[in-house]
Amino acid sequence: MTRIDAKFAELQAAGKKAFVTYVMAGDPTYEASLDLVKALPAAGVDIIELGLPFTDPMADGEAIQLAGQRALDGGMSLQRTLDLARAFREDDDTTPIVLMGYYNPIYNRGVDKFLVDAREAGIDGLIVVDLPPEEDAELCLPAQAAGLNFIRLATPTTDDKRLPTVLTNTSGFVYYVSINGITGSAEANADDVAPEVARIKAKTDLPVIVGFGIKTPERAEAIAAVADGAVVGSAIVSEIAKGKSTAEVAAFVKTLADAAHRA
Amino acid sequence: MNDLFNSFKNGPDEQGRFGIFGGRFVSETLMPVILSLEEEYEKAKTDASFWAEMDDLWTHYVGRPSPLYYASRMTEELGGAKIYLKRDELNHTGAHKINNVLGQIILARRMGKTRIIAETGAGQHGVATATVCAKFGLQCVVYMGATDVERQAPNVFRMRLLGAEVVPVTSGRGTLKDAMNDAMRDWVTNVENTFYCIGTVAGPHPYPEMVRDFQAIIGKEVRWQLPEQEGEGRLPDSLVAAIGGGSNAMGLFYPFLDDESVRIIGVEAGGKGVDEKMEHCASLTGGRPGVLHGNRTYLLQDDDGQILEGHSISAGLDYPGIGPEHSWLHETGRAEYVSITDKEALEAFQFSCRTEGIIPALEPSHALAHVMKIAPTLPKDHILVMNMCGRGDKDIFTVAKHLGVEINTGG
Ligand SMILES: Cc1ncc(COP(=O)(O)O)c(C=O)c1O
Repeated sequence: MTRIDAKFAELQAAGKKAFVTYVMAGDPTYEASLDLVKALPAAGVDIIELGLPFTDPMADGEAIQLAGQRALDGGMSLQRTLDLARAFREDDDTTPIVLMGYYNPIYNRGVDKFLVDAREAGIDGLIVVDLPPEEDAELCLPAQAAGLNFIRLATPTTDDKRLPTVLTNTSGFVYYVSINGITGSAEANADDVAPEVARIKAKTDLPVIVGFGIKTPERAEAIAAVADGAVVGSAIVSEIAKGKSTAEVAAFVKTLADAAHRA
Repeated sequence: MNDLFNSFKNGPDEQGRFGIFGGRFVSETLMPVILSLEEEYEKAKTDASFWAEMDDLWTHYVGRPSPLYYASRMTEELGGAKIYLKRDELNHTGAHKINNVLGQIILARRMGKTRIIAETGAGQHGVATATVCAKFGLQCVVYMGATDVERQAPNVFRMRLLGAEVVPVTSGRGTLKDAMNDAMRDWVTNVENTFYCIGTVAGPHPYPEMVRDFQAIIGKEVRWQLPEQEGEGRLPDSLVAAIGGGSNAMGLFYPFLDDESVRIIGVEAGGKGVDEKMEHCASLTGGRPGVLHGNRTYLLQDDDGQILEGHSISAGLDYPGIGPEHSWLHETGRAEYVSITDKEALEAFQFSCRTEGIIPALEPSHALAHVMKIAPTLPKDHILVMNMCGRGDKDIFTVAKHLGVEINTGG
């Protein structure tokens, strides 16, 4: 059982929805980013998605593109991202961390070495956007074998015929991408999302968390109400881009978390 | 070497791999559309009516076959190998790019897609796509790096005349890699009605295979054109082509992969020199395997696996990757890959103008610069075929600038 599985068991027992946030590791600096990540659990965040900076984030909109650029400009790397996770783990041994990014930095490090290092740093799961089920042998299967969850994205284009392929070898939770598009673009609509979540839940016992296009507390609550939880990324990253302090960003995150937990 | 089990022509496998290269490294949103494209292409491949439509357009719209031209003055001046130029610069729109665009647009029409997107570096692929879209009345959006919009201004105007929307891309350094990122972002957003017309033998499977098959018309023509001039059964001794993503090169090379006697040479952009400063685009000579834009291939990257920007005088070669089939041909040793600097390419550009009255694009000028190096070392009965894959009209401003000449554009 990973920290992710434990967290969902706990939420379920309490009858609560999960609130998940995405922040880019090292944005705008290593120290500021570590401070913020440390403040997230107290702001109500159940699961932290930690963005791994990459020069060519093909599935991301401008907010996360720029966040990655700021992080890289500040000297961030895969190694420093793992360092950040390890530093967080020093005083939090329960909040799950999901590393989210693209395959090349991981492939470049070597999958076996990466998996050892990631586990040791206290990473619990991986979301790698450019590894569909067709490429499971690359990282998904070795990651599961190493005791990490591999969380797959399901999308509006994942039809019923394809859904079983996507769900096979998925663990931890299923991340439903609520729109066709990149992060931070169109707004997700709860009425459209509800039947899609139901369609996925009919085929799996895993929790289904919805992300992409959730920017406000109202939307977070509405989406969480029709799923097992909601993810907010670009909206938080945009606050960081405005130069807000850790306390200010954490306060914004709290309004989102409270809303999602009301659902 | 012609038995099917021991052929260089069997790739890719069912996973879309050439050895370890290639594959389908895309987000889930795109997987269904890539699978349906593969299905559609598999059908088209063996559908006589598909190829009949291609042939008709190649003949009457593009102007194929392109001549295979014996460059006698080049040959004389270099004093060695007998040099033939495959004149794909004479195609409608001025480069080989349209060979592939026609195939993809016919497929897009079969799939019922009404909106076409493309990335472009030099603008040649963008112009070809805008052209074919105009011909078929399809909506066309072209992503082009902001740096390239500036250095290839004539092609930007051409695309707009042809009714395309040109979107300047400001992320990264504003070149081909960044244009491809934004094209992929558009594709995930508009996947229901949009067809992504990729301009080279890269991207997720089936693009590398499909684009190669469409460009292979180049090599297929050489196979019958050379015997017409040199006698029955005569094969070239060497093939030379420039490589950005590698589509004109794959098009020339592919039909000869199993002819052991044919030496195959790809020429990458060496920019300011292939050294640790990484101011070049020679992925095979200066990079290592990685994953970008849907495929595993050789890439220019730093120690952390971050993609580097590279540099080339030629916008069409300014790409930190290379088609996966080339990576495989490189590792198997079937093809050789070399690099040519900006400066050498500029000299070759002028050499072609002066000796043959052909103003080449900067991309094939790289191939020619390598020909200039090796031809003098080869015997006079050695037949070398070089792909003159584009004309230089688009490049005259860049070349003038480098030669210190100011052109008054009247603007
Ligand atoms: C004339 C010409 N040659 C070559 C290239 C490079 O592409 P490829 O290597 O796919 O042929 C381009 C790209 O824009 C081009 O315009």
